[in-house]
Amino acid sequence: MRIRLWMIMCLVLAALAAPVFAQDAGGDAWSCPDGFQGQTLNVLNWTTYISPEDDPETAFNENLLQNFEQLCGVTVQYDEGLESTEFAIALLRRGNPGYDIAVPSDYGVSTLAAEGLLEPLDHANMPNVVANLSPSFAGLWYDPENTYSFPYMWGTIAIGYDRAKVGVDVTSWNDLFTYAGPVAWLEDRRNVIGVALTLLGFDPNTENPDEINQARDFLIANSANVVSIAQDDGQELLARGDVDMTIEYNGDIFQKATECEENPDCTADFVYTIPEEGAPRWVDNLVIPVGAPNKALAEVFIDYLYDPQVAAVNANYIQYGSPNQAAIDQGLIDQSLLDNPGIYPPPEVEARLFEPYDLPDSQILYDDAWEEVKLAISR
Amino acid sequence: MAQGTLTRPVRSEVNIDVAKMRRDLRVRQIGKVGYFLNALAAYFFLWAPILVLVLFSFNDSRSVAQWQGFTTRWYTGIFENVAGTSVRGSTTSILDALRNSLVIGSLATLFATVLGTALALAIVRYKFPGKRVLDSILYLPVIIPEIAQAISLALFFKIVFDTINLMRPDQPPATYGYGTIIIGHVVFNIAYVVIVVRARLADMNPRLEEAARDLGANEWQTFWRVTFPLMLPGIVAGALLAFTLSLDDYIVTAMNRGIGDATLTVVVFGMMRRGVSPEVNAISTLMIIFSILLIGISLLLQGRSAVTGRG
Amino acid sequence: MAAQANVGGVKAVEAGTRGGWRMALPGSLWLVAFFLLPLVIMAIVSFMSLGARKTIVMPFTDANYQRVLSALYLPTIWDSVWISLVTTIICLLVGYPLAFFISTRKSQFARQLALFLVILPFWTNFVVRTYAMQTVLAREGVLNQILLSLGVIQNPLELLYTPGAVIIGLVYGYLPFMVLPIYATAERFDFKLVAAANDLGANDWQAIWRIIIPLTLPGVIAGFILVFIPCLGAFVTPELLGGTSTLMIGNLINSQFEESNYPRGSALSITLMALVMIALLLYVRFGTREQT
Repeated sequence: MRIRLWMIMCLVLAALAAPVFAQDAGGDAWSCPDGFQGQTLNVLNWTTYISPEDDPETAFNENLLQNFEQLCGVTVQYDEGLESTEFAIALLRRGNPGYDIAVPSDYGVSTLAAEGLLEPLDHANMPNVVANLSPSFAGLWYDPENTYSFPYMWGTIAIGYDRAKVGVDVTSWNDLFTYAGPVAWLEDRRNVIGVALTLLGFDPNTENPDEINQARDFLIANSANVVSIAQDDGQELLARGDVDMTIEYNGDIFQKATECEENPDCTADFVYTIPEEGAPRWVDNLVIPVGAPNKALAEVFIDYLYDPQVAAVNANYIQYGSPNQAAIDQGLIDQSLLDNPGIYPPPEVEARLFEPYDLPDSQILYDDAWEEVKLAISR
Repeated sequence: MAQGTLTRPVRSEVNIDVAKMRRDLRVRQIGKVGYFLNALAAYFFLWAPILVLVLFSFNDSRSVAQWQGFTTRWYTGIFENVAGTSVRGSTTSILDALRNSLVIGSLATLFATVLGTALALAIVRYKFPGKRVLDSILYLPVIIPEIAQAISLALFFKIVFDTINLMRPDQPPATYGYGTIIIGHVVFNIAYVVIVVRARLADMNPRLEEAARDLGANEWQTFWRVTFPLMLPGIVAGALLAFTLSLDDYIVTAMNRGIGDATLTVVVFGMMRRGVSPEVNAISTLMIIFSILLIGISLLLQGRSAVTGRG
Repeated sequence: MAAQANVGGVKAVEAGTRGGWRMALPGSLWLVAFFLLPLVIMAIVSFMSLGARKTIVMPFTDANYQRVLSALYLPTIWDSVWISLVTTIICLLVGYPLAFFISTRKSQFARQLALFLVILPFWTNFVVRTYAMQTVLAREGVLNQILLSLGVIQNPLELLYTPGAVIIGLVYGYLPFMVLPIYATAERFDFKLVAAANDLGANDWQAIWRIIIPLTLPGVIAGFILVFIPCLGAFVTPELLGGTSTLMIGNLINSQFEESNYPRGSALSITLMALVMIALLLYVRFGTREQT
């Protein structure tokens, strides 16, 4: 509790000191502490989850990894293989194969921390984080004192669809489940089962086997139109025309919508919608797994990602919600994104969002139910 | 032959069944056409997908089905992405993956060839207790499905690492990596090396070795001057097979790998899961060319060995 | 085998007992430590339970096998068996005449070229070949584009991510395994026997059934085993070509691995190995009898 108090103090102090640092934020870019030249950082992240391309017309290098490499004189080995939070947990349980940074979502942090698989973070090495983290994202339920994690991005999982093909506005999860054309689901058992539990009127974090089984049966009964359970690439299936509708992360759909707008040949109309019944909300987090070969550089990298300009460039490209209050306050994040209810939902929508918790004793129930759903879909 | 069937019965017997013979002849003609068409279709089936893949790696469009014009940009793209860090696909690590494949393949081949050749020699040339048991165990890795071998090895290493890490909690944790992948590859490679080397040993004329002894060579000299050179083509063929299998392997590698040690096959598999793209076509084409070079070398070596074997 | 006796009399064999073990020891140890021991451990773990946070715990139980052999998994296991069977039969129907086609080429060069063209794809990377098939069968793939432009179909066919695609991919991957052993017997086949049968009044159909097939049966059975067994344990092909619609035992084992559920993954692997053993026993029972 005392640490939390201390953190709030820090935030207050940071807010008071803001005028002093304002020049910094506007003018000077982030600079790397000395002593890391020639070192390597190993990052495990999800696909399409960091700003990848430099815009030659601006002074700033929008290829954020390359920028970090140049500023620190280091090499980043960037692995996009984080297929799901379950995958990251299974991987780290086997023993950290050498990652310095991983990006599990909320309940994953809770699981990993409980199993002693995460390194505590030294907040003193991350002045940007302490100064810029939005108070509403500090000390969330899965890591109340930010001992092990800081939020990277946040968002929702709901329905992305091609309005040109579907023809009507999607407003309910049942529009997806009863749709006549091909659809894709997401390889994310807790959240997809969570949706089914919500539709049936149960708690999405239930540990009651009967309720989980009912959700399983609901999903099986509504799976006739499923052609793929996508591993974080449902937006590609949507863009290629393999499916008309998909359960996906909001930012992935917005990225495709932007690509489509920039491409004159694209006739699709990609829309992301949070159905009226509600949807899963998630917060992905930067963590340092136990056994990380270069913890010091990993902390520098987290600090770098919390630089307001870096955070804004990233959020503007990947189009997820940013937990970086300074980036928002300084007007660095595109207003169109801040106004997008699919990224920063209004309070009445936010009230309908739910989050999955870490359920160590019942995870196997969800695993089994999900496997049974997949087996049923395969025939 | 056709004439034989037609004429003889006519000459010897009654005027039976000209109709039956006509039918038989028609069956033969249809059979011949089918026989030829089947071969044609089979070759088409085996080769068309590969040719399509190569063709569209030069296609100036992201589509891998509609031809838009010639380009080599997917190839240059691979190599440009290698230098810096890029997050488009996994092309970042294509060169690293190639290096991993070659290092793992070479080391696994080296171990498997040495161990396998010794095993083959021991089995063909010596008698010792337990030989029959050993003989049957040797073929198990060929028969047992690879995925069962892969998961049992992963489980085994998990238990080993958990135990080690429990005993020395202060040390950096032991985990999967090059070592575990190579160990897995050697297991399935040994069996193939033994099979190939053994076949060669069985074909060898033992009189040559006897002659060497009669001329005063000791066991060591006989082995290195006579036996080994005669076995060499078999050893090389076994090693090449092992190397190919190692480069080819997906599941043992995927289940026993750590970080930064993904082989080309693992990286390409990951890219394919995300659907077809011209970059994957380009990488695949390079891999096909590499395999053809490899088999060319192996044929050259075997061709020469056939000559020396006879001489 | 005669080689052992010829090496150099009693003395050499006596010395060889030690030498033989010395040579066999490193390789044997490797196989025992990294192949047999892991299999034994897996067999034990397949009877253990999964604790909280995916730990492998006591007590011993047969719950894993109960689930594997329940109505939940059995259809998938059955799918694996029939997909493998259909694949093997198609390989046989295509591969048998192909092997004869190769062996009856007149010049040595043509024969070697024909054989080489079958073997070469086998030397290229399996994952790459599967990918090649994916580009052909995809919804916007080559086959659909050709059929659409020819006007044969109006809408693209759903070819990829079906059991049919998995079978095509498996045939594509394993056809050489069927052709090679049949070719080995076909090459030695004496066509004078067919001429003799014709002389005795047999038509071609009878000659094929009564003479050619019985005499090449050992190659057929070897090919059958060489194709059927790897198909049963296939993972890459159903994963890349089967999508969500087609699961085989290999996919089930892999997803247990990804969820760190080692006990259940072990039980599935042991079941797969048991299926392979049944196939082999059938081979030993019927295959070897036919050969004599």
